[in-house]
Formats: sequence, C-alpha cells, structure tokens
Amino acid sequence: MAKGPYSDIVMDHFMNPRNMGEIEDADGVGEVGNPACGDMMKLYLKIEGDRIVDAKFKTFGCGAAIASSSMTTELIKGKTIDEALKLSNEAVSEALGGLPPAKRHCSVLAEDALRLALEDYKKKKGLA
Amino acid sequence: MDRIYFDNASTTPIDKRVLDAMLPYFSDFFGNPSSVLIEEGQMPGKAIDEARERVAELIHAEKGEIIFTGSATESNNLAIKGLALANRSKGRRIIFSDIEHFSILNQADFLTDLGFQIDYVKVDGYGIIDMGDLERKVTEDTILVALIHGNLEIGTIEPIEEVARFLKKRGILLHSDGTGTCGRIPVDVKELGVDTMTLSAHQINGPKGIGALYIKRGTRLTPIIHGGFQEMGYRAGTENVPYIVGFGEAARIAREEMGERMAHLTMLSKKLREGLASSIEYIHFTGHPEKRLPGHVSFWIEFVEGESLLLWLNLNGIASASGSACASNMAAEDEGGLKASHVLTAIGVPPEICHGSITFSLWKDNTVEEVEYVLSVMPGIVKRLRDMSPLYENYKKTGARTI
Ligand code: FES
Repeated sequence: MAKGPYSDIVMDHFMNPRNMGEIEDADGVGEVGNPACGDMMKLYLKIEGDRIVDAKFKTFGCGAAIASSSMTTELIKGKTIDEALKLSNEAVSEALGGLPPAKRHCSVLAEDALRLALEDYKKKKGLA
Repeated sequence: MDRIYFDNASTTPIDKRVLDAMLPYFSDFFGNPSSVLIEEGQMPGKAIDEARERVAELIHAEKGEIIFTGSATESNNLAIKGLALANRSKGRRIIFSDIEHFSILNQADFLTDLGFQIDYVKVDGYGIIDMGDLERKVTEDTILVALIHGNLEIGTIEPIEEVARFLKKRGILLHSDGTGTCGRIPVDVKELGVDTMTLSAHQINGPKGIGALYIKRGTRLTPIIHGGFQEMGYRAGTENVPYIVGFGEAARIAREEMGERMAHLTMLSKKLREGLASSIEYIHFTGHPEKRLPGHVSFWIEFVEGESLLLWLNLNGIASASGSACASNMAAEDEGGLKASHVLTAIGVPPEICHGSITFSLWKDNTVEEVEYVLSVMPGIVKRLRDMSPLYENYKKTGARTI
C-alpha cells in the first residue's frame, strides 16, 4: 500500500518509467509546457499506416508528470490514431490508480502532448 | 540501511533526556500550576519556573521576559498582532521582509482588515535584508518591522543588530523570528536589540506543540488569547506543563552542547557542499556562503525538478526538503495551489527554475558516513532525471539554459 500521496502504480512508473527517451526519426513530436508550474513534456511517435507502433517521452516535472507520461506511452502503443485521440487525461489518471487533485494537471500535460504529436504527424503527412 | 535524516529544518526528534524530563509531568506531577495553594500545583509551578529560566538563559534574556505559547506560529502571531494593537495610536504601518515564514506573512490580510497597512522589504541575492530598501520603506507611520533571524530554507542569518540600531533611532519596534537560530547558534537578545523574538522547541530536540516568545522588559503588547492570568497575562490557558518542561530541558542541552554541535555541523556541511559542487554540474547554492546556519546546505540544480529529486532521495533513504512549485502543496485542491517558494523567488531565482531546489538541513546526530552516502547517490539521481529531461536535451542541442 502506498504510504505517500501517490499510488503504487504512480510510484512504479516514476521509478521505472516505460518508454523514456527520444525517437530520432519520429513521425510526430509534441512538446508542451505547463503554465501552472513551468514543467515540460515531449512526446515522440512512430506511426505506420494509421497505427502508433512506438512512443517515447521525455519529461521535466514531478512524480505525477513522469508517471503520466510513462502511462500515456503505454496506453497508446499499438493503438490507431483515432483510438489514441480518444485517450483522455482522466483515463491516464485512472490507469495510474488516481492522482492527488493538485496533480491532475500533470496528466493533462500528457494528453496535450499526445494531441500535439498527432497533429504534428498529420501536418507532416499533409493530412491536416 | 537506516534512514538518513537531512530535514532538520522541518523538525528534529525528541532527545531521550528531554523525554525523560517530561514524562513525570503527564502523571505524577499532573497538578494545575495555577493551584498555588495546594501541593499538587506547587511542583508543576516550580518546574515551569525552572524551564523559563533555562529558555531565558539560552538567549541571554531574563526569566520574566519569556512567555510560553503553543507553537512558534503562535509566538509570531502574538508578537505581530500584540505589538500592532498595542501601538496603533502611534501608527498603522508594519513592514515584513519578503522571506518571512508564513506565520508572519499570512497575518497580512487580517491586519489589513484591522486598518493596518503592510509594506514589504526586499532582500538581496543572498537573502540578506536590503538596508536601502528598508530606509525607503520606513515612514512616520511605521510602528513595527518583522525580520526573520535565520531562514530555514536558504540558511541565511540576517544582520539583526544593524537593523535594530537603525529602527531604534526612529522609534520603530523589531520582531525577529528566531525559530531557526535559538538553540542552534549563540543568540543574545540584548546584543541583537530585538523587542520580541520567537523560539521553537521542536527545532532543538524538544517536543512539537510548544513555543516561546521573548518580550523585552517594558514592551507593551496586547494579548490575543483571553482568559485566565497565566503567562503573566500575555497568554491565557492552563500551562502545558510537560511540554514546557521539555522545552526547558532541550534549551539547557542546546546551550551546553552548542559549541560542539556547531563545530561538527560546520565540518559536515563543508564536506557536503564541496562534494556536491565538485560532482554536480550546474548546481547553484542558495543563501549566504558564510552568514548561515551551521549544517544547512541549500541549492538548486538546473534541468531537474525538485519533487522528483526529493522523491528519489527519499527512495534512497534520504529525507530532504524542496521549494519547488510541484512539491509545494500536495493537499491543494487544484494546481492553483502550487507555487514556487516565496523565499527562492525573493532571492531572485526565476520561478520556473526554482524547480530543482533542495534543502539539506543537518543536525547533531548526522555523521560523515551519511554525508558520504548522500554524495555517492546524488550524481546518479541527477543524471537519471536529466536523461529524461527535455530541458537538458534542449540545452545539449542549443545551449539554452532555461525554458
Ligand atoms: S509537473 Fe509540476 S506539479 Fe506535476
């Protein structure tokens, strides 16, 4: 059982972040800054057909921000673009076993980075 | 491995000797000290008297100048509100320094409602009060200044004597929050020239829930808790005898062991600071390099965020504190409650980079081995967080230091 304000899942993703890093030849990149605390997240996507085949992230932020980034990449890998676009920050937060109220915006950061990365992809492909 | 506690600016554990001194006053000597005519009340009354003497000795005050309160926060409230109310016919303006504790700063709205006006005096990059700014801020109407003695977040010790001299000439009172200093470094209230000064027990291995206020003899101060005649009429309520006894014992021990502790802490913090400086790039130490609390090492590190740093230190068994916005208020209702430390902001650290701030506050029981262990894990933690930081990635590509 979690002793602190974070769930065990959050702590697990904080300690062992999944898919941390960069994708050199990414098909879509989304970068967002958080106005609340100045934190930053960058999400890289590799897309084949309409499917996300790989996702990586880099995040400068709190435990919740790192865990949300990590969870987001896990949730979208293998998904189609349309499926990924439906991913909400609530779903990320839920998958993490919940976040303290003050930390919900950290999962919004991940959702925003995902949307920007998908827009970036569409732009590059001339789809948008 | 045992935990390494480097967060002594938050609180310290009760000394075994203090606890032993306290215990009989929960049960054997339970009497009410106000019951002076019966035997049960006499022993507790005497114990309070002795504790008052010990606390007074710690800061070179007289016994009759020490009032026990429920916390340092209460002492700060009693001092500011009490002095303001007692002097309101003389003027309505009060000056707070920008780096006061919340128990001073957050009185502003209440005092404003009562018709006072709060002005703020700046500090320099080391956190030392800006005397030029103070000179500009004092007015004919100014009655009181609050300046913290030793800041627990950045370690800086303020030039209280100089400020007191300046204010005395103008007939302005000075309150100083000595929570971080009383019992940690030599404090002589007569030399400092303060009118009131706050002390805390749990900062020096005494219990939580007990504080004290030094009130210079002859100072007029309006009580804010009304009731019986305890604490010379300044603070009503049946005395918390065991805690007062504990405070007295903690003060005695702190005074006797101060020299030894200071030498030990100075050695430890020098080692810690030098080790961090040589093993971590882009680290910035905060507070004054010399005029600082012994054992206090505070800094911020570029491209890493403080809460993550703090969590990783915690996972490695190390307790520290951070002034990062992200770590500021876990209990807040939403992100609006997150704010970078006002102390770091006041010394000019841009809010977006207050992020990587950490305070290590060491105390008497910390050891060289602990410092060495912390030095051995810090570089790895920083590297790990930098490797996942888009800011660091950006810096490596473009040379940009900030967002
Ligand atoms: S990133 Fe700042 S609070 Fe989460």
